[in-house]
This record gives sequence, structure tokens and C-alpha cells, in this order.
Amino acid sequence: MTPADVVGSAVANTFRSKTRTILTVLAIFIGAFTLTITTGLGTGINRYIDQTVAEIGAEDVMTVAHQAEETTDDGPREYDPDAVTASGLGADGPGGGGTIDPITDDDLVTIAAIDGVESVEPLKQVSVDYIQHDDGTRYEVSVGSFIPGMELVLASGEQPDPDAAAAQVAIPVDFVEPLGFDSQADALGSEVAFGVADATGVEHVVTVEVVGVSEAGLIGTGNSVSPNTALTDELYAAQATGAIGQTDLYGSAVVTFDPELGETATQALKDDLDEAGFTATTVEDQIGAFQSVIDGIVLVLNAFAVIALLAAGFGIVNTLLMSVQERTREIGLMKAMGMGSGRVFGLFSTEATFIGFLGSAVGVVLGMVAGTAVGDALATTMFADLPGLTLIAFDPTSVASIIVLVMAIAFLAGTIPAGRAARQDPIESLRYE
Amino acid sequence: MSTPVLRVEGLHRAYGRGPTRFEALKGVDVEVRAGESLAIVGKSGSGKSTLMHLLALLDRPTSGSVELNGLPADRLRGRELNRVRNQTFGFVFQQFFLTPSATVLENVILPLKIAGVGRGERKRRGMAVLEQLGLADKAKNKAIDLSGGQKQRVVIARALVNDPQVIFADEPTGNLDTTTGAAVEDLLFGLNRERGITLVVVTHDEELASRCDRRITVRDGRIEASATAPTAAATAAAPGEPGRPTEGVAA
Ligand SMILES: Nc1ncnc2c1ncn2[C@@H]1O[C@H](COP(=O)(O)OP(=O)(O)OP(=O)(O)O)[C@@H](O)[C@H]1O
Ligand SMILES: [Mg+2]
Repeated sequence: MTPADVVGSAVANTFRSKTRTILTVLAIFIGAFTLTITTGLGTGINRYIDQTVAEIGAEDVMTVAHQAEETTDDGPREYDPDAVTASGLGADGPGGGGTIDPITDDDLVTIAAIDGVESVEPLKQVSVDYIQHDDGTRYEVSVGSFIPGMELVLASGEQPDPDAAAAQVAIPVDFVEPLGFDSQADALGSEVAFGVADATGVEHVVTVEVVGVSEAGLIGTGNSVSPNTALTDELYAAQATGAIGQTDLYGSAVVTFDPELGETATQALKDDLDEAGFTATTVEDQIGAFQSVIDGIVLVLNAFAVIALLAAGFGIVNTLLMSVQERTREIGLMKAMGMGSGRVFGLFSTEATFIGFLGSAVGVVLGMVAGTAVGDALATTMFADLPGLTLIAFDPTSVASIIVLVMAIAFLAGTIPAGRAARQDPIESLRYE
Repeated sequence: MSTPVLRVEGLHRAYGRGPTRFEALKGVDVEVRAGESLAIVGKSGSGKSTLMHLLALLDRPTSGSVELNGLPADRLRGRELNRVRNQTFGFVFQQFFLTPSATVLENVILPLKIAGVGRGERKRRGMAVLEQLGLADKAKNKAIDLSGGQKQRVVIARALVNDPQVIFADEPTGNLDTTTGAAVEDLLFGLNRERGITLVVVTHDEELASRCDRRITVRDGRIEASATAPTAAATAAAPGEPGRPTEGVAA
């Protein structure tokens, strides 16, 4: 028999006992369907996280701050007038809080000298008292730290241009109406004013053009406005007016490095910074925690689906054992007519694999349809304020690998009945009643 | 005298082990000559089918030798053995062993499919054989829908499709009424005469046995008697060769 004939015969045999085949396919379908949904969940959430990573900042930067002092056993901390509040990337970012030593100009020189550091910039932290449009109501707002390479998820407009000489800002979508804009389009190109109190308590007003409206994110910009470099500098200058001590002290600095050099180089850089008394956090570090929790949950869900598939595998064993039993004489006849044991094995294992293919193809297709429908429905209801989050998403590789996995399980299950068929003695089989 | 197609010597075949051990064949010598028709007769349970299976290389003897065209058959392994079963032999069984849900044509071309013959060629040869047996109009019918006689003709078509050297038939008419049985017999003997296909027929049927060139009678696992039908003797055995009568071994 040619391989094409083996496949053709196996496919034809699959449909000989329709009810039995359908029931077995159904069992596999359930497993494949579940696996598709759970994998889709992982893909969807991780894709959203990746998108968030892009939003928070580029991959080639890490925030560097002084290490927090050990507070556990050295009693009350002494007051330090120069201490600043540390913050991670973005106003809502995890890992903020706690007072640490500030980064000074000397520190910047030290950091710049460390091997692997391409450039270092102080992270200018600004806080404004309010945001206002056209003498309307004043609202409290936080100002995000601008990190080069950062990309916002925009509802409309453009990204604030880091290189622009003019000050630019993107405001969160939630601020559009309260500030008195009719629509997002109305907000774009308009001016908003920030009130900044300087060190001596004098109020400064900085006006700036709105170039973009940003969506709320999982982490990152959240509900803070996103300035460009020019605006940050302007606000910082206003804030620092009349200050005596803190002018050249920063909470943290942003180090640019080359991520192309790989994990180990990045780790070495972190270690060097650690030795010099700094903690360095890459975007990955921050996101990694999220991602590993999600991956863990998805792994558990996938494990359940795989258990369902294994159960379905026994269904295949059962179905094909029955089929081998029923076709004993046919197998005997084929062997008497010179069909080799290998081909007989091939015939039955192909049949098992084909059943696996049927179940997984149907499961994957329906799983994608159902997953997409549920994901879309949730995106507009439960996750309406997390735009861009499609809870269940699919990528071709993972979908294809589900089908391949199920077919592999089916093939393995099929080896038991196929082996039995291959070992059958032609005479015994022909005598079989 | 040309070498016989098949020759077996001192053939023993035992089933089971220990106390349940049963010797179905207890030392059998048989020769099957090219182009002859040989009947194997005997009482039920005497070992006829066992002998036929050994001749057809479907089974291996416990002891004794089987030669195919003068070469020891136990040298044939795996692929070669399968080639012989597929191309040299054709089988007609008492039970039809047709795949009921498959069409008549699909059943007939099964040996070609096993041999790896291409689709078009398969169909052509299958249809030619069915034509020959007057079943061309049934080619697309399901095998299960045929009458007994038609089924037996399909089985013969299947045995013929690979153009075999020897056809083995185990009670080919056992399942058929007299008239249909006679038609099937005519068909088999026609093939024997016209195409020189060697026939080995296991039967209970005295009438069928008497139409064969030669008959051997099996009793309790031994050859009891070998007779040459008077009319066919000249053609079956070469002059001067008494047909090497495979005498029964004394009990
Ligand atoms: N697989 C087996 N195991 C044990 N005994 C067997 C087996 N196959 C055949 N036999 C025994 O061998 C003997 C010969 O069997 P065989 O089928 O050759 O008889 P037969 O002459 O063809 O009979 P029938 O005319 O009824 O078909 C019988 O007694 C049978 O019970
Ligand atoms: Mg028999």
C-alpha cells in the first residue's frame, strides 16, 4: 500500500462506524476546545501585557535609584532633609514609595562610568497642584515621568514628541469631559494649564498644548498626564524656583543600555549597579511579576484541558480496540493478501491520528469562534475601562500546536490497538467467528 | 519434468502445548504441479484447511519443508513473503470475507491496493476482471447487497485480479446452491484450462473433487490416498512420471 492509500483507507474506515467515531471525536473536541480557550486566555492577556510594556517604556532603559537602607534592625531612621520619595516608572507603577537617598550629579557620573551604561538621565519628578482648561474647574492630577521610547495607548491624537521644542501633553481620556471639552477632537490642539507651586510657595501657571488623549492602562500612565521632555523641563524649572537644597537631587535616574547584548549582559550591568549601591529595575522586571502570575494560572488551566484530552485518548484506545476486534477477519484477509504488519499498524494508527485531527480541528475552530465572541463581549462590558484588552486572543502557532499536540496524543493512543492489529496472525484472524 | 509449483515433505503441524497439544498434520508429502487442478478431500477436522494454509504460506509448519518453485519457502521473510502472497497466490474462502460496506470494485482491487498499484491502473484491472465474470454492472454496488453466488464471483474476481499463478479455494461452493455452485466451478475450471492457473481446491463435494485432475484424501492428519482422475491424467502428469503419489504414511 502506498502512504496515500493508507491515509485514504484510514479516513474511509473512520466513517464506517459513524456513531462511535462521532462520540470519540466529541470527547476529543471537548478537550481541544477547552485547551484552545485556555491558551487563548494566556495569549490575550500576555499580548495586552506586552502592549503595556511598550506603553511604559522602551526595552533599553532601566530605572536606577539608591538602595533602600536596611530599616529592620537599626531602629528609627534619622531625618534626612535631602531624602526624596522614590518612584518607579510612571506614576501608578508598582514598587513606588519609601524614602531613599537621592541621586546626585556625582551619582550620575558614577553610573555613567559603569560598563554597559550607554547614557544616564536624571528622572525629573514633577508634581502639579491642578490642571485646568479655560478657567474651568481645577482638578488634581499627577504627572507621569517621561521615559524615552515610551508609547502611550492613545484614544486619539498623537504621542507627545520627546524632541519637540514646544511643550506638549497627552491627557487621560477620563479628563476630557470634566475639563470642559465637548469631545476628544475638541481637546486636541487646545491648551490646558498646570498650576505648580515652587519651593517658596509661589504659584506658577504653565500652559501647554494637548496633542493626545490617552487610554487608561493596566499599569503605566493610568490617570496621569503624559508630558514631553520640554514640558517636564518647564514644570521642573517652575517647581524648583527658589529651592535651596534639592535642585540637583533626583529620586531616580534612567539608564539606557543595549538589550541586544542579551540577558547575561543585562544582569551583569544590574550586578555592577548593585555593587555601586544602586537598584536597577528594567521594564521587564516590573512586568515579569504580572506575567509569571498569569502564566501560572494559564498553565493550571491548560493542565486541566490536557487531562480532558488524556481521558479522550482512552476513548480512542477503546474505539479502535473495538474496531480491530470487529475487523479481525478483514485484517486477516489483508495479511493473507500480503499486507505487511507495518502497513497494518500504519493503517490503524493513521485512523487514530485522523480521529484526533477531526476532534482537534472542530474543537479549535469552535473554540476560536466562542473565545472571540466571549472576549469581544467582555471587552465592551467588564473590561470596558481597559481598552485594548482582548481577554481571549489567538496566534497561529499556538493554535497549530494544539492540533499537533492532540494528534500526537491520538497517535499514541492508537499505537495500542494498532499494535494489536499488526500482531494478528492471518490464519487465526480468518478462523475468527 | 518441470519443478512443481509447490512441494511439501514430512509436514507436521501441531496446535497448542502440553496436554492440549494436538497434531493436525502428522507427516504429509504433497506436490502441486504447474497447471493442474488438485482436490484436497477428507472428513471434517481431518486437516484439509491446515494443509492448504501451509501450502499457501499463510502458516509455518511445526516441522517439515515447503518448497515454492523449487526454493525453500522458510527462506522467505517479511517483504518477499508478502510479495508471494500478494502476486503468486489468489485466495477463495468458504466465507466470502468481503468488506460489506465497501463497493464491489473496492473489494476486488484490495490486492492491487496492497501491492501499491496506482489508482487508475487499479480501476482498469478491477473492471476488466469484473467484466470477465459478468459483474461489471455491479461494480458500484455495496458488497453486502449481492446474492451469495454473486459474492462468490466477486471473491473469485478478487483472487484473479493480481494474475496469480495458483488459486487456493477452501470450499468455494460450500455456501452455494447446486446450480450456482456449478457455475462457480465452471468458472474456476475455465480459468485453470484457459489461463493455466493452478487450482488447489479443498472440498467436501464429491462432484467437485471428481472434476479435478487429481485428488488427495486427508484422514486424521495423514494422506490416505491419491487418485488421478482418468481423463485428466495425461495432461496433469508428464509421461513416465506416475505423479509421485503422495502415499499415506503407515499409522
Ligand atoms: N488454531 C487451532 N488450535 C487448535 N486446534 C486447531 C486449530 N486450528 C485447527 N485446529 C484443529 O486441527 C484440526 C484440523 O483442522 P482443519 O481446519 O484443518 O480441518 P478441516 O479438515 O479443514 O475441517 P473442515 O472440513 O471442517 O473445514 C481440527 O481438529 C481442528 O480442531
Ligand atoms: Mg476447513
